[in-house]
Amino acid sequence: MPFGKMVPRRRGRSLWARLIRNRSAVLGMVLLGAVAGLATAAPLLATHDPLAMSPRQVLRPPSGPHFFGTDQFGRDVFSRVLFGGRVSLRLGFISVGIATLLGGIFGLLAGYYPGRIAGPIQWVTEVLLAFPGILLTLAITAVLGAGLTQAMIAVGLSAVPFYVRLVRGTTLATCGQPFVEAARALGAENGRIVLRHILPNISGPLMVFISIGFGGAVLTGSALTFLGLGAQPPTPEWGGILAEGRNYMRQAWWITMFPGLAIMMTVLGCNMLGDGLRDVLDPTLRT
Amino acid sequence: MRSYLLKRALLSLSVLLGAMVATFLILHLVPGDPAQLMLADVGATPAQVGALREQLGLNAPLPVQLGRFLWRSLRFDFGHSLYSRRPVIDELARQLPATAELALAAFVLATLFGVPLGIVAALSRGRWLDSLATAGAVFGVSIPAFWLGLLLIFVFSLHLGWFPVTGQGGIDRLVLPAVTLAVGPGALIARLVRSSVLEVLHKEYVRVARAKGLSASRVLFRHILRNSLIPVVTIAGLQLGAMLSGAVVVETVFSRQGVGRLAVTAILAKDFPLVQGVVFLAAVLYVTINTVVDILYALLDPVIRLE
Repeated sequence: MPFGKMVPRRRGRSLWARLIRNRSAVLGMVLLGAVAGLATAAPLLATHDPLAMSPRQVLRPPSGPHFFGTDQFGRDVFSRVLFGGRVSLRLGFISVGIATLLGGIFGLLAGYYPGRIAGPIQWVTEVLLAFPGILLTLAITAVLGAGLTQAMIAVGLSAVPFYVRLVRGTTLATCGQPFVEAARALGAENGRIVLRHILPNISGPLMVFISIGFGGAVLTGSALTFLGLGAQPPTPEWGGILAEGRNYMRQAWWITMFPGLAIMMTVLGCNMLGDGLRDVLDPTLRT
Repeated sequence: MRSYLLKRALLSLSVLLGAMVATFLILHLVPGDPAQLMLADVGATPAQVGALREQLGLNAPLPVQLGRFLWRSLRFDFGHSLYSRRPVIDELARQLPATAELALAAFVLATLFGVPLGIVAALSRGRWLDSLATAGAVFGVSIPAFWLGLLLIFVFSLHLGWFPVTGQGGIDRLVLPAVTLAVGPGALIARLVRSSVLEVLHKEYVRVARAKGLSASRVLFRHILRNSLIPVVTIAGLQLGAMLSGAVVVETVFSRQGVGRLAVTAILAKDFPLVQGVVFLAAVLYVTINTVVDILYALLDPVIRLE
């Protein structure tokens, strides 16, 4: 179902200007910016090699040389969390990219050609949605095997049905608008209609979806790694570091605390940005 | 009304059929020979791989395999688990009660806390209580369940010693896992209840009720809540389905028996018959819950009911 009503292009303030006036969006952007910035600058900010083991520094609490302490192999947790961020965020990007691309294409097709093309697409979408949440991701992982790349594909593919539904709904709604009918009557080609009319109208809800979806992808990806099905050791990844720290919680709480905080900050930022975007793009939905 | 119910039931059946086919494909989309993959870690001889292929019926033509699979799935016969040698259906039957117990407990908690929280937030809109509740809900939706579970274990089990760390049996072993599983869905329910109530608050019949001079509580219960809670039934019902998904992680964190944990161990062990059984069971439960919720919604909403 499309979000709210179709709003015509606004005069007055640009999207960006309205966005920075929305508290939720700003907080979300700050959080995400911080996470992304730290992850990008990991090679510069890391105090140690994330893979370097140090038998004499095993399970040390947070201190001067090790901001987040060390793990059971004497590896610096701060550096591992920083570099783990790159892995986790990359997983998020690629998964959302796959989902948006495939979901967008099939959703557009299903919405633009409601009829013989839409039927099979919709049925396959419903079948995929019959598998609850992470179980679809797990089923795909069963086929592809464990590993970071496989996890990216699995998380991306299992999100496709949701994107198909969203894009199809918004496309259908846009196609029903008088200006699309008029464009068709004037003889505009399909490509032109899609580019000039449909894409601008679906971009709003899609942006909200992608923002929240990115957080979901990072969350699912780290859950997969936590379960042993995603990035394999010794590759640092937030979920993986958490899983390793599980056995040492009593004596070394820091191994589980900091990667968990990182995941939460990322997902929180995505959700807040998504909420803000939704408020700004369609005030009729605002509560 | 009856035609709607019939159509809805037929749609669900066709989706389940599709889910059966998709489950079948799990084994057959695997790159390479599935039998070889399943025995890879064990170092089997080509003869043993051949025997497994025969046992799994992999040498028959694909349509025949699909037909056999569909027929057996209807009887929930997924063969035997590769590692425990027990029938898959037995494994599922053993693990399902624990997951059901966890999911129901979490569902009750999520609804019990989420619904009042959402109502309170909507009614005190704009004030500090609303901001607090909304912030809490956003946090609740954003916190990773596996981290929350570990945090709860750390505080309440390791430090305070109020609850045992892992396992099952008894209410005290159910509390922490149920709370962990309930937080995400509960926060989501709170957010959705809040929007639903706010939407109803602006409707004309509320204004009319107030203008008629009805007391605030009467307006609240008779008009606002009765109408805003209809979509909440749908929302809450869907969250029960989401619990099936969340159980995977929570059961692993708390080392509990259950279908979720079974799924993970089956995948790690490449025990494909078991994977197929678990995945299909989850789909059946999920589709059933969603269908019941849809039908319930149609029955409750007077607009649909009277059509």
